[in-house]
Amino acid sequence: MLSHEFIRLALLAGTPIALACGLVGYMVVLRSEVFAGDALSHVAFTGALAAAAAGIDLRAGLFAATVAVAASMGLLGPRAHADDIVIGTVFTWILGLGALSLSLFVSGRSSGNGAGGVHVLFGSIFGLGAGEARLAALIAVGVIAALIAIARPLLFASLDGAVAEARGLPVRGLGVLFLCLLGLTAAEATQAVGALLLLGLLAAPAGAAHRLTVNPYRGLALSGALAVGALWLGIALAYSVPSFPPSSAIITVAAAAYLASGAATRLRRREVSRLAGPTDP
Amino acid sequence: MTASRPEVIRLDRAEAALGGRRVWSDVSLEVGAGEFVAVLGPNGAGKSTLLKVILGLVPLAAGTASVLGERPGARNESIGYLPQRREFDPSVRVRGVDLVRLGLDGGRWGIPLPEWLPAGNGRRRAAARVGETLELVGAAAHAERPIGELSGGEQQRILIAQALVRGPRVLMLDEPLDSLDLPSQRSVAALLQRICRIENVAVLLVTHDVNPILPYLDRVTYFAGASAVAGRPEDVITSPALSKLYGVPIEVLHASDGRLVVVGQPEAPHVHSPRHG
Amino acid sequence: MADAPVAFATGGGLTLNLADDVRQLLTYHFMVNALVAGTAVAVMAAVVGWFMVLRRQAFAGHTLSLIAFPGAAGASLIGVPAAWGYFTACGLGAVVLSPASRGGRARSAETAAIGTVQALALGAGFLFVSLYHGLLNGISGLLFGTFVGIADGQVTALIVVAAVAIALVAVAGRPLLFASLDDEGAAAAGVPVRALGAGFLLLLGLAVAATAQITGTLLVFTLLVTPAATAQALTVRPGAGLVLAVAISLLVTWLGLGIAYFSPLPVGFWITSLSFGLYVLARAWRALRGGRR
Repeated sequence: MLSHEFIRLALLAGTPIALACGLVGYMVVLRSEVFAGDALSHVAFTGALAAAAAGIDLRAGLFAATVAVAASMGLLGPRAHADDIVIGTVFTWILGLGALSLSLFVSGRSSGNGAGGVHVLFGSIFGLGAGEARLAALIAVGVIAALIAIARPLLFASLDGAVAEARGLPVRGLGVLFLCLLGLTAAEATQAVGALLLLGLLAAPAGAAHRLTVNPYRGLALSGALAVGALWLGIALAYSVPSFPPSSAIITVAAAAYLASGAATRLRRREVSRLAGPTDP
Repeated sequence: MTASRPEVIRLDRAEAALGGRRVWSDVSLEVGAGEFVAVLGPNGAGKSTLLKVILGLVPLAAGTASVLGERPGARNESIGYLPQRREFDPSVRVRGVDLVRLGLDGGRWGIPLPEWLPAGNGRRRAAARVGETLELVGAAAHAERPIGELSGGEQQRILIAQALVRGPRVLMLDEPLDSLDLPSQRSVAALLQRICRIENVAVLLVTHDVNPILPYLDRVTYFAGASAVAGRPEDVITSPALSKLYGVPIEVLHASDGRLVVVGQPEAPHVHSPRHG
Repeated sequence: MADAPVAFATGGGLTLNLADDVRQLLTYHFMVNALVAGTAVAVMAAVVGWFMVLRRQAFAGHTLSLIAFPGAAGASLIGVPAAWGYFTACGLGAVVLSPASRGGRARSAETAAIGTVQALALGAGFLFVSLYHGLLNGISGLLFGTFVGIADGQVTALIVVAAVAIALVAVAGRPLLFASLDDEGAAAAGVPVRALGAGFLLLLGLAVAATAQITGTLLVFTLLVTPAATAQALTVRPGAGLVLAVAISLLVTWLGLGIAYFSPLPVGFWITSLSFGLYVLARAWRALRGGRR
């Protein structure tokens, strides 16, 4: 399997992207900002298609759109948290612009099919070029480094904002910075699993990690490891079952990990309550 | 009694304003090291604003303030602060011990390295300090459980440990007894008094009900009518002192069980609600 | 199903005479179908959406709307009408989500569960699409809506669904309002809060499945959230808010369909832009009046 160039490129780009998704996702779940991640994934779609319609590099539009929207969500929202209803209203309109871009893009091309749009929506990790893969990996590594650098203050600000603020931490700035990192991650993951599916890589491994451990740093590491594992397994699965699209396979593995973590915690809880006596309802 | 103790907080004819609206003025008070001071008064009288002034988050409109000998905000690393408590979301899956540890080093960048790595002395000391503080507040037994699963009183102890872990000289708590049941209120108040005595920490506690903490207090500051009076409880919580502060006749009754009841406040008496905004 | 976002401008063109233009619109059977179905859906989406905004369940609602996509794709794959797929998938989705979404402010564990369900559903949808190659051209219609392919039977079904949904809200509206505003108080007063919550999610699934057939699964929110958010920005009275949300929803649907008929740009773009524009105007008006959040 590794003898294929496209698999090697998929692993090269996908591994750091999945790791970034897992680490950022842990904080996203902790801060209850999954919906913001969801909205950013849709923004990624519009950004990429608008760039395609304008005839410039797809990724330029992708990154510009997600980071700009993430920053404004952080700056406008109270305490650098975005309000659900505002998110829902704004991103629907942005998706409407995406529909517009798609129609302009499709009618502007003689071949006239929506394949470009489908790639943006659902990803095409097996279609990455060597240059694309290298750049994506590089940006993902940057995101990971930035997240680890701000991890401890961000954890403090997320758990206990008022105290962190009294201690002199830039709580608002951290919130905005984190949303920008989330935007970058969304743009990155769009290239791997697509705008519509990247939420799975953000939420599922992180949700599983939150269930499996209560130690935040262990949780962070576990979330990253689960995301990378889901990507590897998913790629292997898609390779061995050709009709299974890689994006669907990756998300299926990630969701399975989440379900398994739920079963594991339930078993453990039953074990604990059996040992402790019948106190748990 | 206060003269013998070094002064940690002093306000002189201070005035505070929020968004252009004057909250209170002409407030003077001093707090000595190791004193247990209650900040009393009805809702909206500006009790929490006092804490924000001391932290340097709200600048004074007039008068002067000094905290640990410097301007407010300059020595915040020596102040432990518990904001008015929102309870933790039950689904937060992070341990109490992690929250306390963040109180120690949460402002540092990066992630903590594991203790078994070389040069782990500082980290072992940090872990030991966290353990010590948890012992002091009596929270060691439940610190390994997720914070969201703890009861209100257990969460409050974890949060007090978080505020104490850096060895502050001032501890400020905003309505820490709210939403606790009566036995927990008493035990938290007793714990705070013990901290005053053992660690020589000045404790400022904001509350709207003085009775659970009355036996433990050294001094009170009573906010009402856009100003405040400070002094010993038996001097401040009296009919003449409070009548002067409110500007209308106020009566302080002594119930047979030693409780103080303040009658005749202009605002409706505060009804104790389980959820406090 | 035609490739909807591609320009659809077959008519004689805009004459700038309103009566003539409307008459021209109504000469086409597909246009009449679209307007009738759009009206039914707009009223239902506004009513259900108003409660959804009140209950802060936007994320769950959005996830339900995306679940409609694998439903439609799966139905095409096994060769049954797409409408069946929409309703089955959204109903199942509501059942799966109801333990995870108890309303109120989204909590960390809930959002992770909802997000995982959403991504899994979309992944399944993509799998179905790629298994059924013929659908690839219609995929943007499923996602971004279409108004040319609405059959007579579908119109009838949508009207029935809308009538049922509105009747349910009319019956359960008051306890639902109580439970949405103050769940503990409602539970103490004997309102079956949990059952209402689960029932509302099912209702939401129903509304979403119907709306998705007009607006496409990605743009459902334009009728579900935006009119309700606009109404709640303008008034705090529940009755007035509901009426206003319905009015806004109808207005943007009719205008959007009308403009899209004459314009080369897709209907999804028009409806979202109109409703978002109204939302921005409402927020600006309230900001000018000095109202606080």
